Amino acid sequence: MNALDYFFYLFAGLTLLCGLMVVVNPFSRNPVTSAMFLVLMMVSLSGLYVTLHAFFLAAVQILVYAGAVMVLFLFVIMLLDLKEEEHRKIKLATLFLGALSVGSIAFILVKLLGNARLVSDAPSAEGSTIELGLKLFRQYTLPFEIVSLLLLVAMMGAILLSKKEIK
Amino acid sequence: MTAPGLHHYLVISALLFCLGLFGVIVRRNILIIYMCLELMLNAANLALVSFSRFNNNLDGQVMVFFIITVAAAEVAVGLALIVALYRRRQTTDVHDLTTMKL
Repeated sequence: MNALDYFFYLFAGLTLLCGLMVVVNPFSRNPVTSAMFLVLMMVSLSGLYVTLHAFFLAAVQILVYAGAVMVLFLFVIMLLDLKEEEHRKIKLATLFLGALSVGSIAFILVKLLGNARLVSDAPSAEGSTIELGLKLFRQYTLPFEIVSLLLLVAMMGAILLSKKEIK
Repeated sequence: MTAPGLHHYLVISALLFCLGLFGVIVRRNILIIYMCLELMLNAANLALVSFSRFNNNLDGQVMVFFIITVAAAEVAVGLALIVALYRRRQTTDVHDLTTMKL
């Protein structure tokens, strides 16, 4: 185990901790706090991508998620001004039953992964920009173009939906 | 502690997915439910990237690239829907949005 492997444990722990803070933050019910912890979780997840040698995706993760998507979230949270709804309590029964069901799903998944015999070669794939770009523009040109169309449609939809009244 | 392999990454991904699912079930603010959906999408991304790394196949990373793009589009439309909903109903609590309930 070399020094780089410790980064996996560091980033994995940070990702899970920040994910937990998004969902059940014991100190604050404010959506802004959750959004900030989600930003931290995205950043530590991109650290995990770096330990997987997916350098381009790590950069895109920070640019798109931590940059664009979370700014949009914060913008909407502050636009809606949700102060009076922070103090509503979560029912204890909901919390217990939710934890029970999700805990059993987590147990099944982890147990399954523990028993699975996964085929894994000695890792050598490097997700640098050059290889990923070659693959994207040679093999996946059509999906790439379709995704650009999807973004256009989403943009038009967002503008239309957030207009004052739809005629 | 052993050197991290495919198992380790997949366990982290599974736990992250379950955290997101827990949030969707328990929280009642529709914005936080939406954030937890993003958490689940990211868990799936982590599984794809780790499979791609340990099977020497870059197709998984291209798939993650597309997932990130689609997620950005989804967030834009979803937040616009939430804003429209808030404008009409003045609430973001899912327990107050029960018009379609029988």
